[in-house]
Amino acid sequence: MLSETLNVALRSGGDFAEVFAEDRTSSSGRLDDGRVEELVSGRRRGAGVRVVRGETTGFAHTADLSPEGLRAAAEASAAAARGAPGTPPLVSLERRDVAPAPIAEPPEGIDKARKVALLERADTAARARGDAVRQVSAGYADGHRHILVANSDGLLVEDDQVRTRFSVTCVAVGDTGLRTGTEAPGRTVGFELFDDIAPETVATTAADRSLAMLTAQPAPSGPMPVVLRRGAGGVLFHEACGHGLEADLVDRDASVFRGRVGNRVAAPMVNLVDDGTYAREWGTYAIDDEGQPAARTTLIEDGILTDYLWDGVRARKAGRSSTGNGRRETYQHLPMVRMTNTYLLASEDDPDDIIADTPFGLYCVALGGGQVDTATGDFVFGVTEAYLIEHGRITAPVRAAQLIGNGPEVLRRIDAVGSDFDTWAGTCGKNGQGVPVSAGQPTLRVSELTVGGTARD
Amino acid sequence: MTDVEPVAAARQLAGRAAPGEQVEVYVVRSRETDVEVLRGDVESLTVAEQAGLGVRVVRDGRLGYAWVGSLDPALTDTALVEARDNARFAAPDEWQGLVSAADLNGTTPVTLDLWRDELLSVDTAAKVDLALRLEAATAAADPLVRMVESTSYGDAAIDTTVVSSLGVEATMRRTSCSCSAVALAGDGPETRSAYGFSVGRTFDELDIDGTARDAASRAVRLLGARQPRTQRLPVVLDPLVTGSVLGVVGGALNGESILKGRSMFVGRGGEAVAAPHVTLVDDPTDPEARGATSHDGEGVPTRRTTLIAEGTLRGELHNVYTGRRSGHGTTGSAVRGIGGPPSVGARALTLTSGSRSAEKIVASVDEGLYVQSVSGLHSGTNPVSGDFSVGAVGLMIRSGSLAEPVREITIASTLQRMLLDLVEVGADRRWLPGSSAGATVLIGEMQVSGS
Repeated sequence: MLSETLNVALRSGGDFAEVFAEDRTSSSGRLDDGRVEELVSGRRRGAGVRVVRGETTGFAHTADLSPEGLRAAAEASAAAARGAPGTPPLVSLERRDVAPAPIAEPPEGIDKARKVALLERADTAARARGDAVRQVSAGYADGHRHILVANSDGLLVEDDQVRTRFSVTCVAVGDTGLRTGTEAPGRTVGFELFDDIAPETVATTAADRSLAMLTAQPAPSGPMPVVLRRGAGGVLFHEACGHGLEADLVDRDASVFRGRVGNRVAAPMVNLVDDGTYAREWGTYAIDDEGQPAARTTLIEDGILTDYLWDGVRARKAGRSSTGNGRRETYQHLPMVRMTNTYLLASEDDPDDIIADTPFGLYCVALGGGQVDTATGDFVFGVTEAYLIEHGRITAPVRAAQLIGNGPEVLRRIDAVGSDFDTWAGTCGKNGQGVPVSAGQPTLRVSELTVGGTARD
Repeated sequence: MTDVEPVAAARQLAGRAAPGEQVEVYVVRSRETDVEVLRGDVESLTVAEQAGLGVRVVRDGRLGYAWVGSLDPALTDTALVEARDNARFAAPDEWQGLVSAADLNGTTPVTLDLWRDELLSVDTAAKVDLALRLEAATAAADPLVRMVESTSYGDAAIDTTVVSSLGVEATMRRTSCSCSAVALAGDGPETRSAYGFSVGRTFDELDIDGTARDAASRAVRLLGARQPRTQRLPVVLDPLVTGSVLGVVGGALNGESILKGRSMFVGRGGEAVAAPHVTLVDDPTDPEARGATSHDGEGVPTRRTTLIAEGTLRGELHNVYTGRRSGHGTTGSAVRGIGGPPSVGARALTLTSGSRSAEKIVASVDEGLYVQSVSGLHSGTNPVSGDFSVGAVGLMIRSGSLAEPVREITIASTLQRMLLDLVEVGADRRWLPGSSAGATVLIGEMQVSGS
């Protein structure tokens, strides 16, 4: 049936055809205001058929996985990428075996009462941090995604991807108003996530973050040294550098890093990798959504730009192999180049020394989301937990502020890289598609970044 | 199985409510086309028809929910079973429950004509041609446009139906289409990018030339942008920026946020929260609004809700649950997809227009900043604390005229202060994609952080 579908898809002269089928089950629960509000179960099942002809991609998707449903999608996709009609030879599919990430406790097999109990434990732990913690909202979510890729190169491959995430947001109330704190770890594992991460720890981190911000002063404004604590700043490099290294953006001349492979783009202690093979991390998978194995791709080595990230379409055009970074949110989306786990690797500096060597600056412990214009490299980043550094010591907490800068400039201005390391899990959005990614980095210092605070000078 | 009729599927499931159980089914079916073009060629063309439904079950004040991205009866039956099972684990809540047809007596829905058959008859070739023409027009709009980074056309025809075991049934249909282009302007090694768009209910309403002109001129005028020094300045917000900021303010006027203490407007009803000439309403009954709809996500007729009247906080947005719990009653503001139970949200926020054009407002500012676009709005604004700090690009205003471009700045204040310091709203109201209308706005003073 898959061969037949591919054959139909290629009848209008396509160079490449692919069927991507997905069956995803998910469950989530939410506690808010001291009460388990609801549990939600979801199921999404369908297939997308893609036909590539020259520079054009035709795409159609369907929730109907019957032979007729797939045939209709293949015909629609072929019509979209229409060329000279022909009678292509039948594709002969060869199954490639993939070892999905091992899952100790598949979430489907876990009693809903155990999931609910985690939420209640988080609520209790967060409220125990003090009466000022006025609102606690906790969320549990798991997803099991079974994917199948079959393409006209003869590839047939399947994978199971299971992810589990837990999140807590607290609102603290003080004289200066309301402050929020959030913590939301996630991994590519089943219910065993909670063997490593206690809901109480997540809740305490979120609660303490909201409480710390109660006494926060308005943030300073203007350029200053910024120290990013391990883990917290990884997302900055994801945004400010990673997106500009995606081959689709490079190809359309929308990246400041275009034509710069082999050039020095950062200080020698900067090494940046994207690695979808890290066991258990949030952005990890065995195969990408084009059926290619996940890989470790070195992007910056000792400060020199070494490669971009590639999906099948862009790699085919460039006459090279994919780096296993072709991802899509669902079968209803076309794949494109996406990051997985993007890490700036640890170096030699003692994290404490980095702070001690900074006479004045901003110490960032938690960042919110960010945004980058890849064409210019300009980015902004929300800081959700930060402190002043004065005379080499961490002092007063400061209120939410934005960091603003330029990706290539920030890379050049990294002047200390610590020996510690941590990661952060999040959802990366690109062209309306969200996929799970992680970011990571050691404690490091950027000699100058613009901080957009509200303190009067 | 794609032949299953959505309304019939919804009625069939809702009709299976057991005694003592309330069941609501929310079903959506959409037909969509998306065209992306690059360098004079079609980059991708997506055609899709999809359908799915969500089932909400309430029993003894306990809520359970399940959804499925299909109308296959085997899967939708499972959704009802799962929703029932999920309800067993929720905490009982006295305010939880569906609205009944009797509750809605006396509220008449507005009649809106948001469906255009002609959009469905436009053939794919014409859609591709529109995108190609837009790309060419953007490239030709200014000699400094180096490349068109992306050009797209998209349309959708969406039917939505809510059916409940308490007798509520509402069906909404709408068509929409849009086109957009991102121009890259370059002069030597420098690149600036900007975006233009047009939206409509049918094909003929799209303005290709205007979209191309906006993308090109907004990118070109940023060439040579530098980082200005840190200072406090009057700030003029472009209509697109105003629309985005209103979205954040609307989030804080959401009854759910207010009930749960997660809004800067908690306990401030009746107080002066904005300058005296500021009136903010949410009016999904306005057919011009992109978020216009006759009924909300629970089948409740929509209406115009005044949120801020002449600077005084007068209203909140509610769905059935938050309306009951707060005692204010629903305002027909339930928003949802199939993936979860309804929440609360604005659909059509707009400030009452002022009398002057954008040019006159700029001319009234001796020295200030014109903000063309902002970035990091999601991370940089906090509807709970009101903290506001976002990245911006724009043009300085000198002696009442737009002057040199600036970049790598943040503008910061608090939403509370910005509302109180809102000096003027322009006459140039424009409905934007999403849930708000934009207009040029002058804020008396904000912190502009640069070098």
